[in-house]
Amino acid sequence: MRETRILLAAAVVLAALVYVVAGGIRDALVYYLTPGELLAQGERAVKRPVRVGGLVVPGSKVWDPATRQLRFRLTDGSATVTVQYFGAPPGLFREGQGAIVEGTWDPGGVLRARSIVVKHSEEYAPPSPRS
Amino acid sequence: MVSILGTAAIATALLLALVGLAYLLRGRARDDADLVRRGHRAVVALLVALTAAVALLEVALIGRDFSVRYVAANINTATPLPFRIVGLWGALEGSILLWAWVQAGYAALVAIRYRSRHQETVPLALAVLLGITSFFLLLMLGPANPFARIFPPPPEGRGLNPLLQNHPLMAVHPPFLYLGYVGFSVPYAFATAALLTRSMRDQWMTVTRRWTVAAWSFLGAGIVLGAWWSYEVLGWGGYWAWDPVENAALMPWLVATAFLHSVVVQERRRLLRLWNHALVIVTFLLTLFGTFLTRSGILGSVHDFTQSLVGPIFLLFIGAVLTFSVGVLLLRRDEVRDDGTLPAYLSRESLFLLNNVLLLVLAATVFIGTTFPLLAEAVGGVRLSVGPPYFNRLTVPLALALLVLMATATLLPWGPVSLSALRRLASPVVVSLGCVLALAGAGVRGFTLGAFGVIALAAAAQIAEFHRGARGLGRAEGRPYLLALPALFGANSRRYAGYLAHLGLALALAGVAASSAYRAENDHALRRGETFRAGRYLLRYDGAALVRRPDRLEVVAAVSILPSGALEASPGRPAAAVPALATLYPSERFYPQQRTPIPTPAVRSTWRGDLYLVLLAVAPDGSAVVKAIVNPLVPWIWTGGLLMALAGVASIWPGRRS
Repeated sequence: MRETRILLAAAVVLAALVYVVAGGIRDALVYYLTPGELLAQGERAVKRPVRVGGLVVPGSKVWDPATRQLRFRLTDGSATVTVQYFGAPPGLFREGQGAIVEGTWDPGGVLRARSIVVKHSEEYAPPSPRS
Repeated sequence: MVSILGTAAIATALLLALVGLAYLLRGRARDDADLVRRGHRAVVALLVALTAAVALLEVALIGRDFSVRYVAANINTATPLPFRIVGLWGALEGSILLWAWVQAGYAALVAIRYRSRHQETVPLALAVLLGITSFFLLLMLGPANPFARIFPPPPEGRGLNPLLQNHPLMAVHPPFLYLGYVGFSVPYAFATAALLTRSMRDQWMTVTRRWTVAAWSFLGAGIVLGAWWSYEVLGWGGYWAWDPVENAALMPWLVATAFLHSVVVQERRRLLRLWNHALVIVTFLLTLFGTFLTRSGILGSVHDFTQSLVGPIFLLFIGAVLTFSVGVLLLRRDEVRDDGTLPAYLSRESLFLLNNVLLLVLAATVFIGTTFPLLAEAVGGVRLSVGPPYFNRLTVPLALALLVLMATATLLPWGPVSLSALRRLASPVVVSLGCVLALAGAGVRGFTLGAFGVIALAAAAQIAEFHRGARGLGRAEGRPYLLALPALFGANSRRYAGYLAHLGLALALAGVAASSAYRAENDHALRRGETFRAGRYLLRYDGAALVRRPDRLEVVAAVSILPSGALEASPGRPAAAVPALATLYPSERFYPQQRTPIPTPAVRSTWRGDLYLVLLAVAPDGSAVVKAIVNPLVPWIWTGGLLMALAGVASIWPGRRS
C-alpha cells in the first residue's frame, strides 16, 4: 500500500518533469552549425536560433561606430555567410580568427547576431570545418 | 630527474595504497587490530608519498623545468611565480594529482581521527577511500602522468591560459572545488562500509556529519568563487551562464544540500534510510561526473574525447562505482528498511521531504540540460547546445518554491503542526508584503516583484527564528538580547548555522534576481575627455595608455567617475576640469602566447550594485569603445554565497558540547 503510494507519487513527479523538461529543451535548443550546414538547411533554418562557428573572412569586417553596426563574413572554407551585429566588436574579435555567432538566420541571407560568443574554457573551439 | 622521482613517488603511493588495502581487508576479516593499525600507517605513508609528488611538480613548475611535458604545456619563462605555483591545477594531469593528494589527505585524516573508534566500520571505509585513490594513481601512471617527459626539452613553454592568470581568484577557486568534490568521498565510504558491515545503521551520517558539511561548504565556496572569477575576468558582466563546467559543480552541491536536510529526518525519526544512502551515492557519483565533464575534453566535442584515454577510463570508473554502490544496496536491502512511515500531516518532516524532492528535481533538470547535447552528438551526430532559456525557465520557479518551503519549514515545529504554530508565519508574511508594497512603490513590477516577495519571506522567516531564539535564551539565562544572539550558535550551532545559511541563500538570490531584471548595458564610442552616463553614474573617458609588463602588454583606459550633478551645477565649466570621485582602469591585455587580447574589466562595487566597465577597442587616435554595465546588487551574491559557506563552518566548529 505504502509502496504503491510512493511509486504513484514518484511517477507523477517524473511525468511532470519529463513534460516540462521536454518542452523547455525543445524551445531552448540552439543548433551548432557551420556556415555550409546553415546554408544547406535553407528554409528550415529561418528564424530558428542557431550558433554558427567559423573563421572571420580577412578583410570582410566593416565596423561603423556611428550606427554601431558591425558586418563581417564567416566561412568554413567552402561556404560563407554574412553576419550583421549591432554593437561593438567584442575584444577577442579578429579577422582570420575563429568566432561563434549566436543569432537567427534571416530570409534575406543575413545572419542576425544576438551575440558573438567568446567561451572561457580552453576546451572550447569553433567547430572544425567539415568538408 | 624530477620526472623520474615524481613518477616514482606516484608508483610508491600506488604500492602503499594496495598494501594498505590488503592490510585493512585482512585485518578486518581476521579481526586483527595489529594488521588494521598497519593499514592505517600505510594510509598516512600514502599521503607522504603524494605530498612528495606534489612538491616535485611544484619544484618543476617554479623552476620552469620544461623537460616535464606538463610544465612546458602550462608555464613559460614569463609566467610570474604565483601563477607558476597555481599551474598545478591549471590543466588535466595536475588536477588529477591534486585530486589524489586531497583524497589521500582526507583518508589520512580519517585514519588518524578514528584510530581507536568505530573499529568495525573504519577499516572498510578506509579501504573504499584507498580504492578510489588507487584509481587516480593508476590514471597518473597511465594516460595522465603529470611527470611525463618531453625530449628534447623546448627552450620555452607554452604558458598558462591567460584567462587563468588574470585574477587571484583563479588561485583559490579550484582547490575549494576539489576539497568539496573529494570531501564527499568520506560520507560515501562510511555509508558503504556501514552497509557492508551491518553496523552504524543510523550513526554513519552523524559520524561523518562534519566531513559532509565541510565538503558542502568547500564546494559552495568553490562555486561562488568560480562565479566571481567569471564575473571579474571574462568581461561579459555576468557570473553564471549555465555552462557545463558550472553545472558540473552545482549538481553535486544540490544533491548534497538535499542530503544535509534528509539526514536530520533519519536522525530524528529513523526514516529515509534508503533515501539517504541513495543521496550519498548520487552526490559522490556527481563529483566524479563533474571531474569527468570538465577534464575529459568531452565538452569540446564527443569526438575529441576519444583522443585521450582519460575520458573513457573515467567513464568506466563511474560505471564501476555505480554498479558497486547499487550492488551493495541490493545486497543489504534489509539494512535500509525504515522503522515506520513519514507522518502524512503538515510538519517539518514532510516539508523536509518535499525540499528533497525539489532539490533533486532541480539537480535532474540541470543534469538533463547539461548532458543532452552530449547525447545528441553521440547518438544523433547533431551538434547543439541547450541555451540558458531552458535552465532559467525550469530552475527559477523551482528555486522560488524552495524558498517558500524554506520559510515555512523554518517556522514550523517538528511533529504535527498546531494552530498556534501556524501563527508564527504571520509576521514574516507581513514583512514580505511590506517589502512587496515598498518595491511596487519604487516601480518594481510583475514576476520580479513576486520573486522579491518570496525572497523577503524566506529571509524574514530566518530573522524571526533568530529573534525568537535570542529572546527565549535571554529570558532563560537572563542575558541581554544582543549577547544572547551570538550565544545561540553555542547553544545549538547546527540549527542556527542552518538558518544563517538560509539567510545567505536569500541574500544571494536577491542579488541574482536584481541583477537579472535590472542590469543595464550600453556601448559608448568615446573621444578623449568625452562624458557619458551609465545609470546613476556620470563618467568621463580620460584616454588610454600602453603599459609594458614582464609577461604581457596592456592597453589601459582611464574612466573617471564624476559627481553625477557636476555638469548641471556649473554649465559653463568644461567637463575636463571637474575633479573625479574615482577612476576605473579597464584594460586589454596582450599575451605573447595568445594572438588575441584579453579584455580585463574594471568593477566598482557598492552595496547597491556594481559599475562594470569593459574596454572593447582603442583606436590609434586615442578614441575608445567602452561597454558600461550597471549591475544592481551583484555584491550580495558573493556576500550571501560566502555567508552560506561560513555558516557551514560555524555549524561544525568544535563547540562547548563536543
